[in-house]
Amino acid sequence: MAKIWVYAELNQGKLQSTALELMAKARELGDVEAIALGAGAKAAAAILGKHGAKVVHVNEDKSFDDFLAEPETDALAALHKEHAPDLILFGFTSDSRDVAGRLAARLGVGLISNAGDVIAKDGGFVAQVPYFGGAKVASMLANKKPAIILVRPKSFEASETGGTAQINEVDASIGADSKRARITERVVEASEKVKLEDAKVVVSGGRGMGGPDNFPLLEALATALGGAVGASRAVVDAGWVPYSMQVGQTGKSVRPGVYIAVGISGAMQHTVGMKASKIIIAINKDAEAPIMKMADLGVVGDALKIVPALTAAVKAKKG
Amino acid sequence: MKIVVTVKQVPDPNSVTALEADHTVARDKEVVLDPGDECGVEEGLQLKEAHGGEVILVSMGPERAKDAIRKGLSMGADRGLLITDAELAGADAMLTARALAAAIKPEAPDLVICGTESYDGSTGMVPPMLAELLGMAQLSLAKKVEVDGSTIRIHRQTADGYQVVEATTPVLITVTAGIAEPRYASLKGIMAARSKEIKLIGLADLGIERGEPAETIQGLAVAETRKAGVVIQDDGTAVDRIIQVLAEAKVI
Repeated sequence: MAKIWVYAELNQGKLQSTALELMAKARELGDVEAIALGAGAKAAAAILGKHGAKVVHVNEDKSFDDFLAEPETDALAALHKEHAPDLILFGFTSDSRDVAGRLAARLGVGLISNAGDVIAKDGGFVAQVPYFGGAKVASMLANKKPAIILVRPKSFEASETGGTAQINEVDASIGADSKRARITERVVEASEKVKLEDAKVVVSGGRGMGGPDNFPLLEALATALGGAVGASRAVVDAGWVPYSMQVGQTGKSVRPGVYIAVGISGAMQHTVGMKASKIIIAINKDAEAPIMKMADLGVVGDALKIVPALTAAVKAKKG
Repeated sequence: MKIVVTVKQVPDPNSVTALEADHTVARDKEVVLDPGDECGVEEGLQLKEAHGGEVILVSMGPERAKDAIRKGLSMGADRGLLITDAELAGADAMLTARALAAAIKPEAPDLVICGTESYDGSTGMVPPMLAELLGMAQLSLAKKVEVDGSTIRIHRQTADGYQVVEATTPVLITVTAGIAEPRYASLKGIMAARSKEIKLIGLADLGIERGEPAETIQGLAVAETRKAGVVIQDDGTAVDRIIQVLAEAKVI
């Protein structure tokens, strides 16, 4: 059996949902072990066990929480040397990207990122990766051992199998020079009413909204529908709204019941993060916009008129 | 302060991606300096203006990528290095990071600035690899950078706000597009850029070999696409139609 590792990302003691999504896939690929580093690692190990991890390597050294990427890289490199896994799965998230990139460079093995699926084939691993603007899916065979593959969040559905993991307390193995990028403060700005990733309805805006001053129109519609507001990369880069609202390849992945794309043309960078939505409604002045070709309902018209009218109609309907 | 900014030439994000019949990206596409890297150049220039030093642009690509470097030089950067070699065609993130590291190391910069991710690849994997190969700490996702002696302090974007993270130079930072509004090149800047040095470097100069890539593409399939639904013109009934769809989806 292939030895599969899942890097179980923790954030301030909380196990990240990508870890459990990866567990669901990892179980299909071989014997699964997970690595949990930092505060909450032991508690996370119990959850990872229920999701199919046979062994969870843990260490709760404070440095994993206080510094970026390098302590985790050191610990993984040391564990790799001892156990030689065949495949290490990471979530394609900002914290995991930094760790996976460093580890791949240190081990000299490279990596495959942005995968939507992983398949075992002839004793190796093939990742399915969107290619050429998302029009194609490339099957990429990992040539190195360990294969390091980063998988987009929400690619798999987490599910419990009801097992118990053996907890293996390991040395932190953090080098003296690795405590360099120190986190001195954590500032919370946005208090999201409904979490974008978990919202049943997402209303997203793009350049077609005309400017940041019009985003409250989307807020009002989202609130009426009990949903959350998202945005395209173009308007985040333009500084209209914070990055926390970005839906897309390097933003958040969502799969709500209804996704309403307003003034968004539908570049692959965006659609890869929302195309798994159950129903897509697009409102755009351009009938030829790519988003119209993937929407269940495309409305060609003026978003600034349609959105407020829709909000009023939703409120009326809900009473 | 010696600052290296990595820059990449990418297909113009404002032009429509077209695929040729052989599944390759249309070659006649306009290419530009990556808009994210423009912000990196701007941040580098602002730090130089505040703290003195030099801004060196480092890129990898075909010879026409000189145009992307030239754009940054016309904004005010001092000189450029272009790694260009036929052997590098189709390089993966690891090879790119190795080549960049080999070119940057002899410069011994205090600060390396990278965009968070390129507009064409959008995977953001080169910066952490590069930091590792250069033996530098990485401060990622910076939306603000402060220099305090040899300490670099950033505001690192998170899902719900930001972290303040600091490290001592030499440091590699990745910057978000919102960090600084790129300046327009002045006529004087454009003229001055013509005489600035862009040094071309090949793999042999760097003393590295291509090596085996991390992955082999075994096949390409057409991505699963959603079926197009109905497209209607808003003739005043659009709101009713949307309400109908929302009701069918049971969200109202």
